[in-house]
Amino acid sequence: MKRFARLFAQLDETTRTNEKIDAMARYFVEADPADAAWAVHFLAGGRPKRLIGARRLAEWAMAEADVPEWLFEESYHAVGDLAEAISLLLPDVSEGSDRPLREWIEERLLALSGASEETQRAAMLAAWRELGGVERFVWNKLITGGFRVGVSTQLVVRALAKATGVEEGVVAHRLTGAWEPTADSFRALSAADVADADISRPYPFFLAYPLEDDLETLGSAADWQVEWKWDGIRAQLVRRRGQTFLWTRGEELVTDRYPEIAEAAALLPDGTVLDGELMPWRDGAPLPFAQLQRRIGRRTLGAKMLAEVPVVLVVYDVLEIGGVDLRSEPMAARRARLEQLLSASPLRARFIVSPLVTGEGWEPVRTAWSSARDRAAEGLMLKRRDAAYGVGRRRGPWWKWKVQPYTADAVMVYAQAGHGRRASLNTDYTFAVWDDGKLVPFAKAYSGLTDDEIRRLDAWIRRNTLEKFGPVRSVKPEQVFELAFEGIQPSPRHKSGIAVRFPRILRWRTDKKPEDADSIDTLRSLMAER
Amino acid sequence: MPHPPRLRPGDPLPPGPPRAGRDLLLETTDRGLYCAAGDFYIDPWMPVDRAVITHAHGDHAHAGSARYLCSREGERVLATRLGPGAPIESVEYGKEVSIGGVRVSLHPAGHILGSAQVRVEHRGEVWVVSGDYKTEPDPTCTPFEVVRCHTFVTESTFGLPIYRWSPQREVFADIAAWWRANRDAGRASILFAYALGKAQRVLAGVLGAESGEIFTHGAVERLNRDYRRGGVELPPTGYAGSEPRGRDWAGTLIVAPPSAAGSPWLRKFAPFSTAFASGWMRIRGARRRRSLDRGFPLSDHVDWPSLLATIDATGAERVLVTHGYREPVVRWLLERGLEAHAVASRWEGEPEGEPAGEEEAHEGTSAGGALDAEEGE
Ligand SMILES: [Zn+2]
Ligand SMILES: [Zn+2]
Repeated sequence: MKRFARLFAQLDETTRTNEKIDAMARYFVEADPADAAWAVHFLAGGRPKRLIGARRLAEWAMAEADVPEWLFEESYHAVGDLAEAISLLLPDVSEGSDRPLREWIEERLLALSGASEETQRAAMLAAWRELGGVERFVWNKLITGGFRVGVSTQLVVRALAKATGVEEGVVAHRLTGAWEPTADSFRALSAADVADADISRPYPFFLAYPLEDDLETLGSAADWQVEWKWDGIRAQLVRRRGQTFLWTRGEELVTDRYPEIAEAAALLPDGTVLDGELMPWRDGAPLPFAQLQRRIGRRTLGAKMLAEVPVVLVVYDVLEIGGVDLRSEPMAARRARLEQLLSASPLRARFIVSPLVTGEGWEPVRTAWSSARDRAAEGLMLKRRDAAYGVGRRRGPWWKWKVQPYTADAVMVYAQAGHGRRASLNTDYTFAVWDDGKLVPFAKAYSGLTDDEIRRLDAWIRRNTLEKFGPVRSVKPEQVFELAFEGIQPSPRHKSGIAVRFPRILRWRTDKKPEDADSIDTLRSLMAER
Repeated sequence: MPHPPRLRPGDPLPPGPPRAGRDLLLETTDRGLYCAAGDFYIDPWMPVDRAVITHAHGDHAHAGSARYLCSREGERVLATRLGPGAPIESVEYGKEVSIGGVRVSLHPAGHILGSAQVRVEHRGEVWVVSGDYKTEPDPTCTPFEVVRCHTFVTESTFGLPIYRWSPQREVFADIAAWWRANRDAGRASILFAYALGKAQRVLAGVLGAESGEIFTHGAVERLNRDYRRGGVELPPTGYAGSEPRGRDWAGTLIVAPPSAAGSPWLRKFAPFSTAFASGWMRIRGARRRRSLDRGFPLSDHVDWPSLLATIDATGAERVLVTHGYREPVVRWLLERGLEAHAVASRWEGEPEGEPAGEEEAHEGTSAGGALDAEEGE
């Protein structure tokens, strides 16, 4: 447990990817395979379900630390995290034990499930008296089901590859599906024979550079294939030897998260690889990205969610047919093969060939770009018809031409504390614009400020609170912010009469006075521009 | 002595011993804590005729008053902070002076060089104003001394039971190990510490465990000079701003005030690792919010157990709590039968979460303003 807690502290202390990978790789080499298996499980996001309620844990901790309830509450409030507050309040441990992680999990933690309250209490007190510092914090996090480390599965895969010498793609493949945290499973990760993993491997994604110059600098429009840039999740679908693998650009294997895609992929011929965008899509049109986020946020996908937010793959490209790598063929040829491959109607329900923008010269392209928002697209993609499918990001063959966001200057009128690690800071803000001499709230935004700005703003909010309504504070209308948002529509449900999509803070305009902020009329005119 | 009745925060003070219509030796005013009997203020935040100063931090020492009194040990840093020509008189710890017939003496507070508790005695009644203090010995200043009193005015910056400090030698060992690991990885180590007090304590703490050369931000360097002149032993340090351009900073330790975090001034040291030495670093979220590589929980204020032990040791029957987590400390004391009240201080931020007030307020007021600008590049 000490070693695992030390690994947790190392991961928690650095923001450098390479250091995180090195720390994990060192751990995987040094730790006993039975412990390392559990470490892989937790690092990759596996969590024991919450075994003991927060209320009960708090009560036992108060008694053990000998603090009254009000003082426990004050302390919890200052820390913003129950597991941490408890571990800081409990008395220090002079000499902790060092039992292996496997034992703590299999014999102590899992044994709590279904045990009587008295047994649970005794077990928790025993653990608290044995574990010091970070170990106690990690233990509490595991017990409350809130254990989280700032590493992605992808990083764990890279660390395992580094520790075992096995290729990343192979490790990723071996970790997918129902991976059991046992010593044998951990040893199997580093097996030398890699034939099992080859079939799952995607191609490196080819990426576009943002277009900064005029369209005319690209030469003749006839040389370019133009399509919509969708606001979804870029993904590659691999169908080989009767198996399906769906990879995101972060090279995360997400096949299980999109059962409808996996099901339709069974209809594809063996040896097919498609490049496209996972999009929430219903009745022939895209749904807002927020809907997809809602679905991603669920740990388990119910039938209701699958019905409410169905997902399709909008297919941009085909990289392999019949097991043959097509990437060196020109775009135009791949496009023709793609249209032919997906002409069968059962496939077209889930695999939508990315629609093209057509016409003579650049004018239709410009027109399409300015209407991109109406299509819920982020802009346009321009791809040379004679270009091969490359590797990584390169200038020249592919360009992305994104639409500019809408912007407005608004005044902060309400603030509210955030959640999780931001629980002790005011991080959720409501903004208003002028309407006939009054400020009307029209948007909430949570993101866009630096940590330093958040702290300064929090201090300002505390000094300039006018009124408190529960967690919400009204503040002096003095601070001006430039907001960006993607969409704007009339909305009778909002006091301001408008609703904006994806509002975020671009910058804190300390140079502006509240009277310099925009008015509701300015926003209405943005709406009229559409 | 019988226990006074239990009080809730905000209740009016019970009448004191019957005498000349005056219940309180010190009272809070909109300029700060005031002694009417002697006509002087303690740590006033507006210009007054006569100011007694506990220590030179920005939230305690404000410029513009006609006369200042501080400890002899603290005179030099106070002069640096208030600027040239400030009318400062100083007195040795423990030596009594009379101000308007009131007996005043200063006693070590162990917070920073020259920090003092102010003992005020009039007609047999004794009050002690702690200023900021800590009880763990610190090689850069005279250690804290308990002063018995009837009324104790205490700070409460870290007045919650979650704040318990580890022995400082453990923290210094961690700092030295972090520096060594950075040196081995070819990086500079940038340690943020309040320019007055914490920076010098950290420097003294790594004395004998150096992994390379030490450089400082101008705001720190100027105070290092004051500390050395005051007889405090610090390792050799160089002013980072006078090093040649394009110098290789790998393996060095750079001590800078927290206000330098995230500023362009840091760029030239790349690659580097950043850390902050502060009591707030006891909380994981406080470190993560600042996007620091490391946080070293090291404070110049008392932690919860030492706060309670000190209050007990003073023998005070009345405790006034200022600065920080006033309400929880007051309630704790009331529940134990002590008379206790929260006293407003200048830094009115609410004591929730991590107040941006206290420790941070120590920076950015007077010291090193010009040097900061110089180094802004
Ligand atoms: Zn101070
Ligand atoms: Zn202070």
